[in-house]
Amino acid sequence: MQSLLELKDIGISYHTMDGEIPALSHISFSVDEGEFVALVGPSGCGKSTLLNLIAGLLRPEQGSITIYGNPLQDSKLAIGYMLQKDHLFEWRTVYENVILGLEIQKKMTPDRLKRVEKLLFDYGLSDFKQARPSQLSGGMRQRAALIRTLALEPSLLLLDEPFSALDYQTRLNVSDDIGKIIRKEKKTALLVTHDISEAISMADRVIVLSKSPATVRCELPIELGIENRTPMNSRSAPGFKNYFNQIWKELNYNG
Amino acid sequence: MAESFFQQQYLRNQMKKKNFIRIMRILLFFIFLFLWEISARLGWIDSFIFCSPSRIGSTFIHMLLYQDLLNHIGITLFETLASFFLVVLFGVGISILLWFCPRLSSILEPYLVVLNSLPKSALAPLLIVWLGANMKTIIVAGMSVAIFGSIISLYTGFQEIDQDELKLIYTLGGGKKDTLFKVVLPASVPFLLSVMKVNIGLCLVGVVIGEFIGAKQGLGYLIIYSSQVFKLDWMLMSIVILCVIAMIFYQILNQIEKLITK
Repeated sequence: MQSLLELKDIGISYHTMDGEIPALSHISFSVDEGEFVALVGPSGCGKSTLLNLIAGLLRPEQGSITIYGNPLQDSKLAIGYMLQKDHLFEWRTVYENVILGLEIQKKMTPDRLKRVEKLLFDYGLSDFKQARPSQLSGGMRQRAALIRTLALEPSLLLLDEPFSALDYQTRLNVSDDIGKIIRKEKKTALLVTHDISEAISMADRVIVLSKSPATVRCELPIELGIENRTPMNSRSAPGFKNYFNQIWKELNYNG
Repeated sequence: MAESFFQQQYLRNQMKKKNFIRIMRILLFFIFLFLWEISARLGWIDSFIFCSPSRIGSTFIHMLLYQDLLNHIGITLFETLASFFLVVLFGVGISILLWFCPRLSSILEPYLVVLNSLPKSALAPLLIVWLGANMKTIIVAGMSVAIFGSIISLYTGFQEIDQDELKLIYTLGGGKKDTLFKVVLPASVPFLLSVMKVNIGLCLVGVVIGEFIGAKQGLGYLIIYSSQVFKLDWMLMSIVILCVIAMIFYQILNQIEKLITK
């Protein structure tokens, strides 16, 4: 089977008047359909840059990104992107925020709006449609942001540390929530994080990146062997700690 | 729900504080009027130069009846509002243009800074030579005081918007136009209102300066005329009317701001 997303030998640098700073070098990996992959790396290693490349907001200087074997630019496949903060706009109601993507792409068809209604209902936000974002809790805001992304029916979801702005307790709850939603909607997802436990608890496979300029240090399939796996119960699985130690060692490897 | 004793006490104290401030404000105003009136009547100050509240009042009524005062007020009001709306229109329009072409804004930046810090009263005589002594000149004079400052502050406000909010629009498949209409403009509404509050006052300043040198009507004209014929009661009355106009404009914009931002 062909991979949904494939990166081959990707490289990019930042350019400043003081010189060139390599951010990513020779990065290759792939993501299969339906898979949840987490990218773990030290802060500032270029993880977000990698997502910007996949989202098409940036062009790589080297290498190629393909979607089902075709170049990224030619692909019609919708890619959803969830940022660190929810960025719900206070001058719009929750509902108006959620349909922002449909509005921008002029895709406000009745069946798409109906799907949004269902998502809002399924994830406990239908009573808050007319509320302002400031009336929602941190977890609800993150769910609203996810629904805004899902409304465009993306085949690939990019998550850029979407829980890092939350406090620890909310963070565990929200990552559990979002993890379940993504599995339920059967989305392919690529999560970027510097939180090792978050990566292990949510992903089918963890890719460890090295310090800047980032390269792929290793790939680690996560098999916890539990039924009905959720981010929360993954954390208490017996294998969890071994994975944690293994990734920790890889992150701290200086070679 | 019943409020606790301490909550009630807190509310009462807050109420008291508010009322005290309101009463003192009004009291201060009346004490000032009273002292002014008394010292004029008792000859502590020269009532010819300093006038008195009662004479300003009677001048006001007299001029309303025999000197077409309403017309003067109306002209100044019209000129101020016209220049204000033009400033808002051009201010917003040019800031959007600069935001769309950052390169243009880099090129124009030093010129805007110079024009903004130039004393606009120096421009008024020039405007009269160029455009003639008419209402057009006075409206342009009003605009010249406010326009450069509002372009600079609006454009700065546009730039201060979180880059990630713009990125969100791009990730949802939008372009630069979408970032303008979905983020930049709505996010700038409170900012625009505060710029407008400053502008209405500045436009009034510019209009009065314009009327000083190039008008046959308006409150600015009345002030200059009365200084030349030494009718100080006319002059002080015009200044009081300008105070009232400035206050009313500011209050109207304040109310609009409250309505919109809630």
